[in-house]
Amino acid sequence: MIEIRDLHKYFGALHVLKGIDLDVQNGEVLSVIGASGSGKSTLLYCINGLEPIQQGSVIVDDTDVHAKGTDINKLRTKLGMVFQQWNSFPHLTALENVALAPKIVKGKSKAEARDIAAKQLIHVGLGEKLDVYPSALSGGQQQRLAIARALAMEPEYMLFDEATSALDPELVGEVLDTMRLLAEEGMTMICVTHEMGFARDVSDRVAFFHQGVMEEIGPPGQIFGDAQSEHTRKFLANVR
Amino acid sequence: MFDYNFHWRPVMKNLPDLLEASLLTLQVSVLAMILGIIIGLCLALTRLHLKGPLYWFASAWVELARNTPALFQLFFFGFGLGAFGLHLSPYFIVLMGLTFNCAGYLAENFRGGFQAVPETQLRASRSLGMTAWQAYTRVVIPQVFRIVYHPITNQMVWAVLMSSLGMLVGFRELSGETQFFASRTFRIFEYFAVTAVIYYVIVKIILGASRLLAARLFRY
Amino acid sequence: MEPTVSFFSGFNVNDLWFLGEAALRTLWISMLSISIGTVLGVVCGWILYEGKLAATLTLAPFLDIFRSVPLIIQLVLFYNFAPIVGLNLDPFASGVVILSIYTAALVANVARGGIEAVGAPMRRAARSLGMTYWQDLRYVVFPIGGRAVFPAWVGVALGVMKDSALVSVLGYVELLKASQILITRTQEPFLILSIAGAFYFALSYPISRYSASLERRWAQ
Repeated sequence: MIEIRDLHKYFGALHVLKGIDLDVQNGEVLSVIGASGSGKSTLLYCINGLEPIQQGSVIVDDTDVHAKGTDINKLRTKLGMVFQQWNSFPHLTALENVALAPKIVKGKSKAEARDIAAKQLIHVGLGEKLDVYPSALSGGQQQRLAIARALAMEPEYMLFDEATSALDPELVGEVLDTMRLLAEEGMTMICVTHEMGFARDVSDRVAFFHQGVMEEIGPPGQIFGDAQSEHTRKFLANVR
Repeated sequence: MFDYNFHWRPVMKNLPDLLEASLLTLQVSVLAMILGIIIGLCLALTRLHLKGPLYWFASAWVELARNTPALFQLFFFGFGLGAFGLHLSPYFIVLMGLTFNCAGYLAENFRGGFQAVPETQLRASRSLGMTAWQAYTRVVIPQVFRIVYHPITNQMVWAVLMSSLGMLVGFRELSGETQFFASRTFRIFEYFAVTAVIYYVIVKIILGASRLLAARLFRY
Repeated sequence: MEPTVSFFSGFNVNDLWFLGEAALRTLWISMLSISIGTVLGVVCGWILYEGKLAATLTLAPFLDIFRSVPLIIQLVLFYNFAPIVGLNLDPFASGVVILSIYTAALVANVARGGIEAVGAPMRRAARSLGMTYWQDLRYVVFPIGGRAVFPAWVGVALGVMKDSALVSVLGYVELLKASQILITRTQEPFLILSIAGAFYFALSYPISRYSASLERRWAQ
């Protein structure tokens, strides 16, 4: 379970998160929507400690992410993250990309790591591409590779930071399908996304962020059908 | 015109000595390159991440190495340090001069290499639970190495060519040895012509080996 | 001998003039060689780009030699070869000849890269406007390609300026040779080398910084 309490985040003088309170239950799929600059991506970075916070707390399974004594690297193996830019490692094959972290972070043997990697690559539909270098993969395939790479750490939570925003339109579908598959398998997911269809169909809850504040949160039916906030209605009217 | 008689026999007699001297040339160049790579990496990282005196020291090193003649640098380690009572052997003069020069040029190559690897690669690595050290050694540096591979090869060639300056500070590497024999026999042209060929072959071997190695190392 | 007194005793104002004159000679031989070498190099680069088989087979390996043999060896070889074919060249002339060819060998690659940097579509566009081959070269390739490789050319030119120090082996008294002479007489190696180094640095550093800033501005 992820518990976020009164989270404040500044970039210099810029106040990007203004007191966020949010719980994410195990097995839940939460979509986070909102305009660019509303702080939704920053929220993900704060959850896995890639960005320091100035006030409040983020607790993942009873561990305080930003506390001094926390082994952040160990904690991050629990929190898989997929970025907008897929960031595949260009000097490694698809299999090596996925096998690297299990090997050096979790200390698995080379053979074990390769087995895990192969399994996850097959899982995301890249079973044919094990020995291919990323430069020979399409954007959609590289993003699925990034998902497999995160899954290989056997995370309990997956954080998606606009995973489809940098893709050509015709490649968005395959990545969303993979994300949908994970949701069906019961993975706990927080998806920052611009894909309203995905948010509506797959999520258990949808949160709308506006200027650093979580304006509204609720089941997709409520957010998309009966939004309480003026800002939410305006945003949704514009993206449709 | 052409009433000059070429005498190749003395050169051929000394050919084994010249080849042996070229091993010394290679040795000092390779050593200078190894030291230069290590120091150059430190200089680049210093200039990228630190401020204050260390930054200025690294910058001074890089700019002096790149903006003064290599021969000047050699002279400096030769008799410049003599002013402080430090008298190095010719071998160390050349080794230190080459190292100083190579480190300065390589530092700039490394700096460009680090800047060419996107920040997001580091982020993605950290998000997988890698430590900063693991992220650098397993993800960032291998990519930097690929980017600087060709500049390093070129610098290696430069190091060999530069080591010829050793003859001006009394070091008997290939050029120094050539000068020694040439001045004894007055067959200056013949000796230096053969030496030129040896240098040419050494350079071609380095470039060829580098190309073979690259084909094995970089599959992507 | 009192070290405090002896420190500046050997070095006087006349020596500063001597160094100044030598510095001018460094400038003169560099500028002359760079100018001749650049013109030659651009022509060679163009020939290599046009890639007529005969030219590539002869010119490319010929230029390659000058990049694969130490400059100091080239200088000694040519200086001793010229009399054999009946040319009586003084150290200055020999230096200019070799430095120019050396420059040309380096510039040829730069120039070819510049022509390649101007894409075929742009040249087709120029020709489609009715420009002749030469007009295309003069008004499209030269300005665009020249800009693309200008920083690289500056690098070559500064390199040759620094390498001109090697002409001292032929006995031409440029800056570094003059320093050496003064050091032998005055026993003030550190002071004199610092002055010589400062001269090279003061010339090279601002130009390389300016060229780097131009490169950044043009890259945007």
